[in-house]
Amino acid sequence: MNVNAYAPRSLPALLLAMLLALLPLALLSSAAGAQDNAALRPLIDALGQGSFGDTEKQVSALAATGDAAVVPALEALTNGDLYVRKADKAVVIGKRAGGSLALTDPLTGEALESTATSALDKIRVNNRLRRTIRAALGGLTLRAADATTRRQAAEAIFKAQDAEGIEALDAAIEAETNPGVAKLMREARAAAVLASDRPTEDKIAAIGTLAERGDRDALSMITAVQNSEASDLHEAAGAALARIEKLQAAWDTARNVWFGLSLGSVLLLAAIGLAITFGVMGVINMAHGEMVMLGAYTTFMVQNLFRTHAPDLFDYSLLVALPAAFLVAGLVGVGIERGIIRFLHNRPLETLLATWGVSLILQQAVRSIFGPTNQEVGNPAFMSGAFEIGQLTITYNRLWILVFALTVFAALLIAMKFTRFGLNVRAVTQNRRMAASMGIRTPLVDALTFGLGSGIAGIAGVALSQIDNVSPNLGQSYIIDSFMVVVFGGVGNLWGTLVAAMSLGVANKFLEPFAGAVLAKILVLVFIILFIQKRPRGLFALKGRAVEA
Amino acid sequence: MMVRFLAGGLTGTRLAMLALLLAAAVLVPVLNLALPTDHPLHVPTYAVTLMGKYLTYALLALALDLVWGYCGILSLGHAAFFALGGYAMGMYLMRQIGTRGVYGDPVLPDFMVFLNWKELPWYWSGFDAFPFAIVMALAVPGLLAFVFGWFAFRSRVTGVYLSIITQAMTYALLLAFFRNDMGFGGNNGLTDFKDILGYSVQSDATRAGLFAASALALAASLVLAIAITGSKLGKVLIAVRDAESRTRFLGYRVEHYKLFVWTVSAMMAGLAGALYVPQVGIINPGEFAPANSIEAVIWVAVGGRGTLVGPIIGAVLVNFAKSWFTAALPEIWLFALGTLFVAVTLFLPKGILGLAASLRARLPKRKDKTSPADVSAGAPIAPAPALARNQAAE
Amino acid sequence: MTATGSLLYLDGVSVSFDGFKALNNLSFLIGRNEMRAIIGPNGAGKTTMMDVITGKTRPDTGTLLFGEKLDLTRHDEAEIAGFGIGRKFQKPTVFESHTVEDNIALALKASRGPFATLFHRREREESARIDALLELVRLDSRRDDLAGDLSHGQKQWLEIGMLLAQDPQLLLIDEPAAGMTDAETAATADLLRDISKSHSVVVVEHDMTFVRALDVKVTVLHEGSVLAEGSLDHVSSDQKVIDVYLGR
Repeated sequence: MNVNAYAPRSLPALLLAMLLALLPLALLSSAAGAQDNAALRPLIDALGQGSFGDTEKQVSALAATGDAAVVPALEALTNGDLYVRKADKAVVIGKRAGGSLALTDPLTGEALESTATSALDKIRVNNRLRRTIRAALGGLTLRAADATTRRQAAEAIFKAQDAEGIEALDAAIEAETNPGVAKLMREARAAAVLASDRPTEDKIAAIGTLAERGDRDALSMITAVQNSEASDLHEAAGAALARIEKLQAAWDTARNVWFGLSLGSVLLLAAIGLAITFGVMGVINMAHGEMVMLGAYTTFMVQNLFRTHAPDLFDYSLLVALPAAFLVAGLVGVGIERGIIRFLHNRPLETLLATWGVSLILQQAVRSIFGPTNQEVGNPAFMSGAFEIGQLTITYNRLWILVFALTVFAALLIAMKFTRFGLNVRAVTQNRRMAASMGIRTPLVDALTFGLGSGIAGIAGVALSQIDNVSPNLGQSYIIDSFMVVVFGGVGNLWGTLVAAMSLGVANKFLEPFAGAVLAKILVLVFIILFIQKRPRGLFALKGRAVEA
Repeated sequence: MMVRFLAGGLTGTRLAMLALLLAAAVLVPVLNLALPTDHPLHVPTYAVTLMGKYLTYALLALALDLVWGYCGILSLGHAAFFALGGYAMGMYLMRQIGTRGVYGDPVLPDFMVFLNWKELPWYWSGFDAFPFAIVMALAVPGLLAFVFGWFAFRSRVTGVYLSIITQAMTYALLLAFFRNDMGFGGNNGLTDFKDILGYSVQSDATRAGLFAASALALAASLVLAIAITGSKLGKVLIAVRDAESRTRFLGYRVEHYKLFVWTVSAMMAGLAGALYVPQVGIINPGEFAPANSIEAVIWVAVGGRGTLVGPIIGAVLVNFAKSWFTAALPEIWLFALGTLFVAVTLFLPKGILGLAASLRARLPKRKDKTSPADVSAGAPIAPAPALARNQAAE
Repeated sequence: MTATGSLLYLDGVSVSFDGFKALNNLSFLIGRNEMRAIIGPNGAGKTTMMDVITGKTRPDTGTLLFGEKLDLTRHDEAEIAGFGIGRKFQKPTVFESHTVEDNIALALKASRGPFATLFHRREREESARIDALLELVRLDSRRDDLAGDLSHGQKQWLEIGMLLAQDPQLLLIDEPAAGMTDAETAATADLLRDISKSHSVVVVEHDMTFVRALDVKVTVLHEGSVLAEGSLDHVSSDQKVIDVYLGR
């Protein structure tokens, strides 16, 4: 039992452990107060005397001094490292070192003469006492000079719902200058009030404060009140719960939308090259996924070069990988078009089979060269980490990939709409013979368009290498999804691809809470299959004679 | 009655294939069981099983040829029908294990005991009876094909669009069968079979019997396919393949024809799967993998689409090569298969049988009246321009 | 205009594709056993009109009646073909990997269901009819050849033969004379005149010599509606027609 209570198993305990790790900071910052050792010494020494109840009173007295110098002693006490030296009844901190104990002074931190265990009495603590100590420590750190420390202290009290901390919090709130930390302290106080035996009005006010916070912790605290016997609080708790649940639902929706857009951006990246080769040119390229894979492996190669030759510039490796991947995949694409696809003009089913063959060859080639296992592709610094908007955590890599996908999309759209090359591509795909007779070199346009689609798949591979395993099978996992996106969006329509990718991504994430990830994916697939039956030409179908000709 | 149907379609190649299959159904079991193992003509059991497996693949290829070669529907999802037939048989075999499973539960298969299930799901009932399982091996793929086809053909999803959604179909099933709560053994699938019809699946005699059953099933399906393609319905199918909208303007309900041949083909594939599972001893979700379906397409292409016999030859050849490569040069196999896809589509669009037919055509002419069915038995299969126009007319 | 006595009746039919009006309030009627020639410049809506009649394209608005009562807008291609409307395409479309004889046999009026064709057995009567049709379209010597091996003109004739095999009440024929020699063109005109004795025929044609040879009422289409109607001499003296079509 004792051992159990000792290990930081629960969340509050874990937070406390983190808090304690921060204490040296708090200590340094309050070095000025530590001058008063003389006043503190008797209080510390008193810890060794009397019953658990007496010790508890002593702890409270120490906490009331508000002096961070007492923190090590309290910390040692809760860890069972505080001893009374039998010889002079002085209280010391003892760390086991071999057969004896290495002693330090609890206030100054000076090393003392080590002593045999038999010459010391351990100051015993029980769980009740530990709670008291924890509150005391919380109270002490609430007035640390460092705002982060204060924030974490308040957070710890909040999680622990420690009624003992209310006075400390009141004092701290009074002194607090940082509005964010003050808000957190008020919330912590509200949480503590709920757990205390304060009057009903206070508790109702506390419920109000918590409802404003509106996260899952607040929800569970107020739910606990709702389930308790305090019937005079039920009404306020009910109202607060309704409020929080509404807020939670809004955040859940926001979270689903964000995850959905993030998934959508991945789908968009995977599909966008296909929107050119399949959508615009009408060529079925089953090796499209392998173009993505080649892009990812190019990233791996480029990063390797950076690691060996310029490790300081590693963060810029992706900037080099982008054009490299575009070139590698684009050239392979041109090769496929010149070597195979052009001979299968207007035979889409044969093209499908031949390019599938190409995909097998590319997969095996990569497997033979790099091996079948996942390759390590690193994230540059700007892709790591996360930030929060309210209750929504946004990781930088996902954010960058969304931005990147939209940028690629916009660039492609502009290229197709406003450049000479885009004009040629549209001319050739709409009326090959007419375009040829107008002097457009259709074979060149075919090869370059296919190369463009493949190259874009390659740079998609750079982005996907940041969030997915880089293995020879990377492409396989995207090919069906990509085709679904393009077909769903409407072949030949870039905007359709964008809308399809985003809406499929969001739909997937909204289904997941109800159906689970796999079933959600199945449902989306079934939906698309049914949708294509209903509208064989996708969301944004071109109509009219041009389509039928 | 069958004879009348067959009269037109029974060419030399087809007769030879039927004779070969019937002979194999008798001879291979005899050479395996009756001769001592050291006899030079003895066929070892592993070879019997391997050939039996090839024959089930050949049946899948035949089914695929019926839709692709004769109706122009390139299915990239036929492995789904094959696997569903296999699961139906697998469920029967699981129920036959009885108390011999690891957990010794008389009713529940091991994986259900492991998942802490208390009773058999409703859809498992009946599978302890062999006839029921066989009917299901045909009916479940047939029903899926019917429903899928009813939607797809009615709304005129054709060409690559259809190919892609058939691929999505098998992919969705792949994901679904990976789920443990589907009740089909999840990841591991169904395996550890003991008996089929009371005979041990491991014994030589059972394996020889399964081989014979595969050969006979393939022969019977070939006869059925010849009858279908030789009938007026078969001619309508080719008409649909070459000029779908023209067929429609003649008053044919194209979707009904497609649905018919699609469903028949799916049931054939289901039968192939049902024969496959007891011979390989396992069925798992991997059989639904889209790659499997596409691999089956290449068997058809290698042998020659629209020839019925060609896909049988193609399936056996390609799988023989696969067995050899994966044992001797595993690294090379995917290169070889990939090259095969490219080479066949570029250089051998009519497959081996088509090549043979055009070689024969170059030889000094033998004066014999080619029956119309011979058209489909070798010579021109949907010349590319016709296909192109068909696509364009959609 | 009423549908009474007509075989085909179009009133106010409009079709648009993405804002482009392919048919604009098109109205006309075809009587029983009447042959009509339809002319008009490219994009006048001739093909779209055929698509609408045969159920390939649904009109946005308008009435489309067959045999006074049957609303064609509610049926698809196969059903409409079953009612007795046959269509020959601009580009000759025959089943190239079937023999000439099989092409006719497939078109022959008979039950069209899959099971009927699966168990179908050719009766003597059918064989006789196939023989007669092959003779009519002068292809009896090539009955065992693949349709894909025929010349362009022969394919046109085969398609007309297939049309007749359907035994329709109304034949829609798109540019039958395209790619034919003068002799073939004349023979085709004769054939069509012959057919029109017992069928209604709508011919879309560019070749004015051919239209003249048909010697029937002409409807001029322009921008999806009827510009003029009457004998060829009448319409070719119409100033509007000259402006948009003949004069250029």
